Amino acid sequence: MNAELRPVKTAAEIGLADLFAAVRKDLPGGSSIEAIRSDAFDRFAAQGLPNSRVEAWRCTDLRRLVQDAKPLARRPDAAAKTAAGGAGAVFAGLHIRRLLIVDGAFVPELSDLAALEAGVAIRATVEALRREEMVLPFGMAGADPVAALNTALAGDGVVITVAADVVVERPIHLVFVTTGAAPAAMFTRSRLELGHGASLTLIETHEGPDHSDYQVNAALQMDVGDKASLDHIKITSEGAAALHIATLEASIGVGANYREFGFTTGGAVVRNQLFLRLAGEGTIASVHQASLLSGRQHADTTLTVDHAAAGSQSREVFKAVVDDEARAVFQGRITVQPGAQQTDARMMARALLLSDEAVASCKPELEIFADDVQCGHGTTTGALDDQLKFYLMARGIPEKEAEALLIQAFVGEVIDAVAREDLRDALSRTMHDWLKGRE
Amino acid sequence: MTALLDIRGLKAEIDGRQILNGLDLTVNKGEIHAIMGPNGAGKSTLSYVLSGKPGYEITGGEVSFNGEDLLAMDPDERAAQGLFLAFQYPLEIPGVATLTFLRTALNAQRKKRGEDELSSPDVLKRVRDLAKQLSIEPEMLKRPLNVGFSGGEKKRNETLQMALLEPKLCVLDETDSGLDIDALRVVADGVNRLRAADRSMIVITHYQRLLDYIVPDVVHVLSAGRIVKTGGKELALELEATGYAQYQSEAA
Repeated sequence: MNAELRPVKTAAEIGLADLFAAVRKDLPGGSSIEAIRSDAFDRFAAQGLPNSRVEAWRCTDLRRLVQDAKPLARRPDAAAKTAAGGAGAVFAGLHIRRLLIVDGAFVPELSDLAALEAGVAIRATVEALRREEMVLPFGMAGADPVAALNTALAGDGVVITVAADVVVERPIHLVFVTTGAAPAAMFTRSRLELGHGASLTLIETHEGPDHSDYQVNAALQMDVGDKASLDHIKITSEGAAALHIATLEASIGVGANYREFGFTTGGAVVRNQLFLRLAGEGTIASVHQASLLSGRQHADTTLTVDHAAAGSQSREVFKAVVDDEARAVFQGRITVQPGAQQTDARMMARALLLSDEAVASCKPELEIFADDVQCGHGTTTGALDDQLKFYLMARGIPEKEAEALLIQAFVGEVIDAVAREDLRDALSRTMHDWLKGRE
Repeated sequence: MTALLDIRGLKAEIDGRQILNGLDLTVNKGEIHAIMGPNGAGKSTLSYVLSGKPGYEITGGEVSFNGEDLLAMDPDERAAQGLFLAFQYPLEIPGVATLTFLRTALNAQRKKRGEDELSSPDVLKRVRDLAKQLSIEPEMLKRPLNVGFSGGEKKRNETLQMALLEPKLCVLDETDSGLDIDALRVVADGVNRLRAADRSMIVITHYQRLLDYIVPDVVHVLSAGRIVKTGGKELALELEATGYAQYQSEAA
C-alpha cells in the first residue's frame, strides 16, 4: 500500500463525492450492482483525481485540468433527440448500422436495429444492469481511478454480442453525441462479446457542441474470442471545451486478430487509455493512432499491451500533429509476461510539431520477463522538413498546401492501416477537413 | 530579342558567406545557356537563388523575369510564372504518391495563372503520355515521390515534371550528376524535346559531357560568384581541355 497522504480534496473531487451520494440510489442495477459501484467509488475516492505524480497520468494532471464536477446528463428529451439526428456524419452514406447514444443514453428509436444478423444481439447497458448482469467490473483497467469512477457512475451504453463463427459484414457504428447547452457529465459503459471465430468492424465516434464544457467518461470492454477478428475504429472529435476520458479494455483470444485505429481531432482535454491483453499463440494486435491538435488542446494516449503467453504479436504506431500551443502525450507500455516466449512487439511514436509552442511527450516502455522475444520501440519528434517544403513550393504548390501535403503524408501511414476502403476514405476526408481549418 | 531573364549585379550570401559576387546574365527567349565552373563557384547557389530557396540572403542586384521582379516572389509564384528548377538531388517524399504530387503541382500553377484546373483523368492521361516518352514505368507513378528511385529514375522524374509543367525557363542543376551514359541520353532526349522558341534553359554543369547531348547557344564560365567568360559552344570544349585553373586564379 502507498502510505502517501492525500492532499486536500479539490472542488471537483468534493463535487464527485456529492454527486455519487446523491445519485447512487437512482443508478440502474439492484443491490449487487450497487455494491460494485460503492466499492468502485471508494477506490476512486482513496486515490482522488490522478495528478502528475501518478505515473500513468504524469502528463495529464486531472486534479489541475478538471475544475468541477458536472451534474449527470438528463436522459435526452425530444429536442435532444432531434439535435442528435445528424451525428456521426463522417460515415454518412455508408452501409453501416448506426446506434445512437445521446447524452449518455442509448436511444433505440434513433438506432438502426432492423434486420439484425442472425447471432447478433444489441441491448442497452441499462437493461443489463437492471437484470443484475455483471457488466461493470474491469480487468486490467480496474486499478485506474477514472475507470473506477466510470464503474461507480455508468448509467447506460450498448451491449453487443456476436455468436461464434458469425461474420458480420455490416460495420456497427456507436454514435456518441452530446447535445445539451448546459454542461453535464456522461458516464457510459459499453461491451462487446465477439464469439469464437466471429468477425466484426466496430466504430465509435464522439462529438458534441463547442460552447459547452461537458465531461465524457466513456468505457468500452471487449472480449474478443479465440480466432475472432475485430476492427475497432474510434474517432474523438468532441466540442472545443469538452473533457473526454475513454477507457478501452480488450481481452484478445488465442489466434485472434485485433486491429485498433484511433483518430483524435476534437476536445479540450482528451485521454484515451487502452488496456490490451493478448492471450497467446497466434494472437495478433495492431494499434494505429493519430492525433491532430491545435489551439490549446491536450490529448493523451496511454496504452498498455500485455503479452500474456507465448507466441503473440503486436504493432503500435502513434502519430501526432501538434499546432499552436497544443500538447500530445503518448505513453506506451509493452509487457511480456514470464513464459510469453516468441513475443514479437514493436512500438513507434512520432510527433510533428507545427509551431514553436507545440509540445509532444512520448514515453515508450518495455517490460520483459521472457528471454526469447523480439521487442522494440522508437520515438521521434520534429518539425516539417523545410527542404521538402521548398521542393514542393518550387513546383508551384503554395506554402499552406505544401504543408498540408506533408502532414497528410505523415498521417497517411496510420490511415492506411484501416482495412476497409470506404472507412479509409471517410477518415481521409476528416483529415482534409482538419487541414482546411489550418488555412 | 526579348530578354526572358535579366540578372544584374546579383550578390547573395548564406550563413554570412558571400557566394554570388555581382553576377550579370541575360537569357533571351528560346536560348539555351550553359553555365560551367569549378566546384564552389556558386553554380548551385545561383539555381537556388533564382528559385527562391530560403536561407539565402540577397545583398545586392536585381533579377527580372518576364519583366517582373523575380526576387519579390515566393517560390511557388516563381514556378507559376514559368520558372522550373530541375534539382541536382531530387528529394524523396514518403507518403506522397508521385501522381498526386504532379496533379497538385500542375493544378496549383494553373489556378494561380487563372486557368481552369484539370480533372484527375486529364492529368493522368498527360502524365502517362509523357512517362512513356521518358521510359518511366506507369507503376512508378503510384509510388511515393522519388522514394526508392534510382539516380536515373529521379532525374527522369524531374524531366517528366518539367515536361508536364511546361515552364518558360528551365534551370537544370547538374542534371548529369549520378547518371550513367544511357540514363544521361534518356534525360537529354527528354530535355531536347522541350526545346522551343518560347522556352529558355540554363544548363548548369561541371562537365562538358552533358553539352554533347544538350547543345547550348551560349556558354558562360562562373567563378567566385561572377561570370568571368562568355562564348559559344566551343568554349565548353576548350574548358574540357584546359580545365578551370586559369579562371580560378583570375578570380582570385
